[in-house]
Amino acid sequence: MCGIVGIYLKNERLNPELGKLLAAMLIEMSDRGPDSAGIALYRDPVADSSCKLTLHTAGAYDWDALQTAMAAHLQADVKLEVHASHAVVIAATDVASVQDWLSAEHPELQIMSAGSCIEIYKEKGLPSEFVRQFKLHELNGTHALGHTRMATESAVTTEHSHPFSTGMDLCLVHNGSLSNHNRLRRFLRDQGVSIQTDNDSEVAAGYLMWRLREGDSLETALERALVDLDGFYTFAIGTRDGFAVLRDPIACKPAVMAETDDWVAMASEFRAIAQLPGVDNATIWEPAPATVYTWGH
Amino acid sequence: MGTRTCHRVYLGSLMTTFDLNTDSVRALNQSLHDASSGHTSVTKPGGQHCIACGIDAALEVSIDGHVGYYCAGMNQEAHITITGNAGPGVAENIMSGTVRVKGNASQYAGASGHGGTLIIEGDASSRCGISMKGVDIVVAGSVGHMSAFMAQKGRLVICGDAGDFLGDSIYEACIYVRGAVGELGADCIEKEMTDQHVQDLTQLLAATGIDAAADEFRRYGSARKLYHFDIDHANDY
Repeated sequence: MCGIVGIYLKNERLNPELGKLLAAMLIEMSDRGPDSAGIALYRDPVADSSCKLTLHTAGAYDWDALQTAMAAHLQADVKLEVHASHAVVIAATDVASVQDWLSAEHPELQIMSAGSCIEIYKEKGLPSEFVRQFKLHELNGTHALGHTRMATESAVTTEHSHPFSTGMDLCLVHNGSLSNHNRLRRFLRDQGVSIQTDNDSEVAAGYLMWRLREGDSLETALERALVDLDGFYTFAIGTRDGFAVLRDPIACKPAVMAETDDWVAMASEFRAIAQLPGVDNATIWEPAPATVYTWGH
Repeated sequence: MGTRTCHRVYLGSLMTTFDLNTDSVRALNQSLHDASSGHTSVTKPGGQHCIACGIDAALEVSIDGHVGYYCAGMNQEAHITITGNAGPGVAENIMSGTVRVKGNASQYAGASGHGGTLIIEGDASSRCGISMKGVDIVVAGSVGHMSAFMAQKGRLVICGDAGDFLGDSIYEACIYVRGAVGELGADCIEKEMTDQHVQDLTQLLAATGIDAAADEFRRYGSARKLYHFDIDHANDY
């Protein structure tokens, strides 16, 4: 069992409150996932000539030194903001240069996300502790996904937590379990897709990364996923402009969606959505099995 | 049991109100288990689980809003109305009484129900009436896939459409569908709608307040080939 939440703001006036709304939804899903919590937040897009990455490392870290070294090596302006065990880097250069330098010089750092507006934060422990550590109430944004994990098939670590990055400004959260992830992981690694853990959900993220790299649209990639992924799942996929939802054809894993003039939300259970303003007037429905739902600006 | 802040007000008869924003579900359910009569009003359910479960008396319960998993489970004798949507497993294992959902119901509504009546005024999701054992379920809208899976006894009435694999591995339950039916499940077949069936269904629709003409429905049930083991049907199992 895990909990998934997603919120997409239609009314810009709510943008400053995104973190607060997400925090309330996430905490409500604690019973479904007390092992770890994570979010993908879309906010403050950088200029086309810049890129934004979220980095993570366990324990204390000299982020100031990293910022100085990165700016010197890339000969570019680098901004760095620390959020608990993570840091968001904005560099006035292309993303590949930053990724190459980090993997060569700083293998101790994990790149949680890369793109122009995505930020991914995830950590072991209860959602309420996560919300406190990362000061979620203070974070703005246009849309976000969240996940609370109850581990069933691999270890409880930050690396095994959701969301998983699936490419530039893309991420995936998953409630369920995949049964063909070992074979698929070997196949994807042969295709050159980097997969770091033995987690099944990371394989689903890697699968989407591979299909998108091969030129599929997100909708096409998700329709192919219905054929190639064997198991139970409700997925929520964050994109630069919005998010998508997909349930497997058997649809044992729960999902509910709701929409008002101000927002669209999805969650594993209604009680997460019940935290949102104006919910009494929301249109509420259950997404159909094997059907791709998308929202975007 | 901690503090309870319910308010008792006279509205002709005794009415107990629980606001689940402040009162606990456990306190509500304990009150319902202790009562032998009366009307309980529940506000701000907020999608919480197991609301009004395990009642064993002819109580009236109205729930104003959306409920989470297993609302009205194991109901015996009580009449429970939910004004909003219900999460998975509403009226699971209902024994008697009525449960009415004015909105939509999620998966496995009325699962394993032995008796009583479940009325869903909106749509029901997948596996509605799975393993039903005598309950009557009337859905004013449509139902999802695998509904009435292994249904043993009772009636499932679907005024809208039914998803794929309706009545898979069905025993002696009776299914009525007014709209379109997807692929039928194993051993589920269409059967003749006799005058007696039209009469029975007319009574059930009238009793549940669902406005539909019984003669517009088709009837489905078991071909009885699966549950009497026959080696000639081995490939069907």
